[in-house]
Amino acid sequence: MSDDEKKNEDSKGFEGAAETGDPTAQADAAAEATTADAQSAMSSSGTSAEPAGSAAEAADRDVEPAPAAAAEPVEAPQSFPVTVIVRRYDPEVDDEPRWVDYDVQMYPTERILDALHRIKWEQDPSLAFRRSCAHGVCGSDAMRINGKNRLACKALVKDFDTSKPIYVEAIKGLPLEKDLIVNMEPFFDSFREIQPFLQATGKPEKERHQTIAQRERFDDTTKCILCAACTTSCPVFWTDGQYFGPAAIVNAHRFIFDSRDEASQVRLDILNDQEGVWRCRTTFNCTDACPRGIQVTKAIAEVKQAMMTGVKL
Amino acid sequence: MSDTTSSLTLPDPAPKRERIGGTLYRGNEGMWSWVLHRITGVAIYFFLLVHVLDTSLIRVSPEAYNTVIAAYKNPIMGLGEVGLVAAVVLHALNGLRIILVDTWSWATKHQRLLFWIVVGVAVVLMAYFTPTHLINVFSPIEEGH
Repeated sequence: MSDDEKKNEDSKGFEGAAETGDPTAQADAAAEATTADAQSAMSSSGTSAEPAGSAAEAADRDVEPAPAAAAEPVEAPQSFPVTVIVRRYDPEVDDEPRWVDYDVQMYPTERILDALHRIKWEQDPSLAFRRSCAHGVCGSDAMRINGKNRLACKALVKDFDTSKPIYVEAIKGLPLEKDLIVNMEPFFDSFREIQPFLQATGKPEKERHQTIAQRERFDDTTKCILCAACTTSCPVFWTDGQYFGPAAIVNAHRFIFDSRDEASQVRLDILNDQEGVWRCRTTFNCTDACPRGIQVTKAIAEVKQAMMTGVKL
Repeated sequence: MSDTTSSLTLPDPAPKRERIGGTLYRGNEGMWSWVLHRITGVAIYFFLLVHVLDTSLIRVSPEAYNTVIAAYKNPIMGLGEVGLVAAVVLHALNGLRIILVDTWSWATKHQRLLFWIVVGVAVVLMAYFTPTHLINVFSPIEEGH
């Protein structure tokens, strides 16, 4: 294991070198546009590209490249014990969820998802949680880690104080099914209700044109991966499950401010409901929780404003 | 992995509610300002309830009104009034902050800064009010104001 880690570190060192070497070579080529120079620059960037390729393998493990490693002596990272306390619940056995401790050996660059894998694969195969891509894109593994909603696959061990246990539990406000799995149906119901699809009449000859500025208007809200981290961080949603929730409003925003869409008013009418946008109390928990960095509360505020003064594209 | 629920399974007809005993959600300034807003709001509501009742006593008789108001003139109520003014100041200033956050994109972006401005202004106002008020409460001369 430690050999493996050392190799990773080595290639990380090369990656650092490649990063510093590459742009200079290209800048040289640009400055002196002679063929010979360009060729030598090409070849030099070619050689430095090779270790960068092997570094890409290392990137699987180490999410953050460390260019500083090039200068400093390479040291194999040490694993250390971490206590992970998981809120377990088996509906067939337990009346109430219970906290269960697990000790796992972790590297700083690993993620909480790796800790859960280690528990499931090596200690307790009955642990249930969702994950699909494990790279922060599919939105399956939103959970509450140390009291905050995050994606387990994007939460690095090094970002936690590992002298204390790390608490992992299911997201709040949706019916708990088992361990870290909740019933997402109420969440998706709200999503479906705001009609998250383009509604446009007429057939364009080729495509529906949109300027860069028009596309930019709703760019932020296109990033949603429906992980429910925002909706289940909302105090209003915890106490009132009927509230549409941040995620549904974000996805409504994505179409309300789309210049090609013609059903903005329909969506505004849906959200101008007792359980719609006016339930938002601007706690900004959703904005803090979003693993994609969407300015959720801002999007909700924009929908509120659109209701009062009309949609400004 | 068999730990995912198939999307083909029908949703649970009687979904079980999330049970108690989780960790406290660790929100930031936004969440705590909302908690503060709720607490001060409820506190002010109960004050207003009493306030409407005691003020309406003037319709019953001026004597009844005077008796009730005289009962308020003690140090405990005086300290309570500091709490009341603090609650009103915080609720009012944070209310303005929420209006800005909802209507002005700059404020939405800088809500955290605005929260600390609210706290700062509230501290300044209370630093002005509290000594003046407490001198009034604890001074031996009982005068109506």
